[in-house]
Amino acid sequence: MIHLEKRPQPSRAWALMTPVIAVIVTMIAGGLLFAALGKNPIEAIRTIFYDPLFGEFSFYYRPQLLVKGGPLILIAIGLSLGFRAGIWNIGAEGQYIVGAICGAAAGLAFYPMESIVIFPLMIFFGALGGLIWAMIPALLKVKFGTNEILVSLMLVYVAEQLLASMSLGLLKNPEGFGFPGSRNFQSYDSAHNAELITGTGMHWGVVAAFIAVIFSYILLNKHILGYNIRLTGEAPRAARFGGVNPTRLVLFCMGASGALAGLAGLFEVAGPAGQVSIDFNVGYGFTAIIVAFLGRLHPVGILLAGLLMALTYIGGDIAQSSLSLPSAAIQVFQGMLLFFLLALDVLTNFRIRFATKGAA
Amino acid sequence: MTAPLLSIQGLTKAYPGVIANDDVSFDIAEGQVHALLGENGAGKSTLVKMIYGLVKPDSGQMTWRGAEFAPAEPRAARAAGVAMVFQHFSLFDALNVAENVALGMENPPAMRDLAARIKDVSENYGLPLDPFRTVGDLSAGERQRVEIIRCLLQDPKLLIMDEPTSVLTPQEVEILFQTLRKLKSEGTSILYISHKLEEIRNLCDHATILRLGKNVGECVPAETSARQMAELMVGDTLQTPTRTAKSGGEIMLKVQSLTAKSANPFGTSLKDISFTVRSGEILGLGGVAGNGQDELLAALSGELLTSPNTVIIRGKATGHLGPNQRRGIGTLAAPEERLGHAAAPNMSLVENALLTGSIRQGLTKKGFVNWKDTTQFAEDIIKAFDVRTPGSDRAARSLSGGNLQKFVIGREVLQDPDVLIVNQPTWGVDAAAAAAIRQALLDLAANGAAVVVISQDLDELMEISDNFGALNEGRLSNICPAAGLTIDEIGLMMGGAHGLDAPTQEVRA
Repeated sequence: MIHLEKRPQPSRAWALMTPVIAVIVTMIAGGLLFAALGKNPIEAIRTIFYDPLFGEFSFYYRPQLLVKGGPLILIAIGLSLGFRAGIWNIGAEGQYIVGAICGAAAGLAFYPMESIVIFPLMIFFGALGGLIWAMIPALLKVKFGTNEILVSLMLVYVAEQLLASMSLGLLKNPEGFGFPGSRNFQSYDSAHNAELITGTGMHWGVVAAFIAVIFSYILLNKHILGYNIRLTGEAPRAARFGGVNPTRLVLFCMGASGALAGLAGLFEVAGPAGQVSIDFNVGYGFTAIIVAFLGRLHPVGILLAGLLMALTYIGGDIAQSSLSLPSAAIQVFQGMLLFFLLALDVLTNFRIRFATKGAA
Repeated sequence: MTAPLLSIQGLTKAYPGVIANDDVSFDIAEGQVHALLGENGAGKSTLVKMIYGLVKPDSGQMTWRGAEFAPAEPRAARAAGVAMVFQHFSLFDALNVAENVALGMENPPAMRDLAARIKDVSENYGLPLDPFRTVGDLSAGERQRVEIIRCLLQDPKLLIMDEPTSVLTPQEVEILFQTLRKLKSEGTSILYISHKLEEIRNLCDHATILRLGKNVGECVPAETSARQMAELMVGDTLQTPTRTAKSGGEIMLKVQSLTAKSANPFGTSLKDISFTVRSGEILGLGGVAGNGQDELLAALSGELLTSPNTVIIRGKATGHLGPNQRRGIGTLAAPEERLGHAAAPNMSLVENALLTGSIRQGLTKKGFVNWKDTTQFAEDIIKAFDVRTPGSDRAARSLSGGNLQKFVIGREVLQDPDVLIVNQPTWGVDAAAAAAIRQALLDLAANGAAVVVISQDLDELMEISDNFGALNEGRLSNICPAAGLTIDEIGLMMGGAHGLDAPTQEVRA
């Protein structure tokens, strides 16, 4: 008989260990999955985790780590604030898209003027777009008590339709020979989110992600607002007793996560993606949910988890092309990571007891 | 002497880190009312759970009329003739009495037969109850009757009652005791769990006293003084609070025509409550649980907002101010529910000290928390109130109920409030700690604070209050000086006996 026994005190050691164990277990289970698909599991795992960093073409893949990790971290940091408080913004993908549209539109409005203020303006509107999109579920929640999970999730699909309409209509490149998609930011210097140091993948979005990690750390550990966020997540009634205004907290958490997702969208569309197109979004908003949990909703954890997740994206791409693994297998692999993490999470608050039968 | 109904020999049950029962032995004779007496955490609940088949003992054995008795599950215990009335009821509000009773039966008879049997039993034992009334409309005392009747329908040999009077008015307690005496006269044994000594002296033939899981003594309650039993229970001599005389001071807290709807759909709304508390005064508010205590505390602490003039603190209208604004003007509160309301279970004691201490202790500067001062504040509380914990970095949930209660009360008292409102300040706290908490409240009042103590423990209220009032269905009785009040008068203030005349009303059978 296996018993779960509640620990009097959450275990710090296990809280740190479970993500590592989850990664290892995912490697094993993933290896079995790849073996079942007829691939050499060791080679597949090596391709995903080792080749991007130290393989033959790693000079090309390493910068991708930051390019893909940046938006994941930026979004996940925002989400983690809400998740800590028990406010579940699942629609970061939508806020990401709307932020990208608003920021890109602000930049394109000035085309072809060149000015130093254009990029900051785009950043502002990118954040604003994400914030407004997140305010819809937030206001509906505080005014009418709707469920923010459902509303924010459904607004992702609305945002995708909006994106399609924008790239085929309002924002379509007038000189683009009728192809869908906006002008390319790479050929518009004032609005381009270029690589800051060649060959590193470092762009303004990555800088913003690092700043967000630092701010989030200070907020949660040193500031009363961060305390109130954690308190609300732990014990909503105690939070009310402690003078926390739940309405304001919902608006703050949703707003912050929306703004950060919007920023991530803007940096992506003005940099690596290069243009507003029907499918420039690749699901960072959803993957960031995994990143937030994999990082234990802790800023530093999210930083590491974001990089790890980026690694599986890049490694997954390589595995697809060199081992012809199906892309669905990679998604299953990423899903397993969250699954095992949540399952192992139990160990933080519980210990397992193996009791001999009868003596229970 | 004949063989006992139930004989317990050397029962031991250990949980990780605590021995709940350590070699406990005693006998329950046929037709005996046997008291199981002990502080919270003494191991009473674990013991009866073993008798009722909910928990398996690690060692030791029980015999039932001479035969070995080891119920593997409650069903087996019920089959043998054990029935139990739990402290917390398991009833569905939306169903009527008969339906609720049927739900607990293995082969319920047709509803009409069952209703007739319920009526029979209820009349037989002086427990008036209409089988067709909806449980949601019943008072706590009537709900308890449903649970008792549910047990009596099984025709038990041994009836276990876990703290049955904690939800009853004095009159209802008397009705219950008559029923129990009648059961006894018919040969049913009763295992009666309580820590209320007077009740046990009044009702029980024999008492077993548990302390820290051990059987520390047996006595015949009628021949033992309440003080002796209490000292056996606590293992210590009791320190009774010393009351200092006070004179009528400045009006600190004035509540006028306070009417507020409960935030909880099953809560009790407050109706037209008015009272004043002066500097140096302790106002005791009694009442059976669920009559608006939580709501009154919320309205006074600022969790439940009302119109400005309903709550006036030192002449300032504050009904519209939130908890932190009220803390700013010296009004503090300690709610009843320790985990989840007064403290966040998974957060450390330091973080919990910040919960209410940030304003008055100046623990934040421009929104940034001064963790050093906060830790100091937490450690001051731990020291001043003898909170037993390995350190201030421990999670609140790792503390025992009594220790956490000391922390929660200490946190407010150390902030030197002008007005303090506490709900159930000594609930689940051992007698020595309870005395310390009461003394702290008395000291606070002696230093000029106005204190409102909401409690269900009448003895406690009589001991520390200057004035007394009772809440009943969200209304407040007249406030009287506590000195000289009789139990009868208090009972009437608490709303008398619910449903004494119930059977004559709307019987549809």
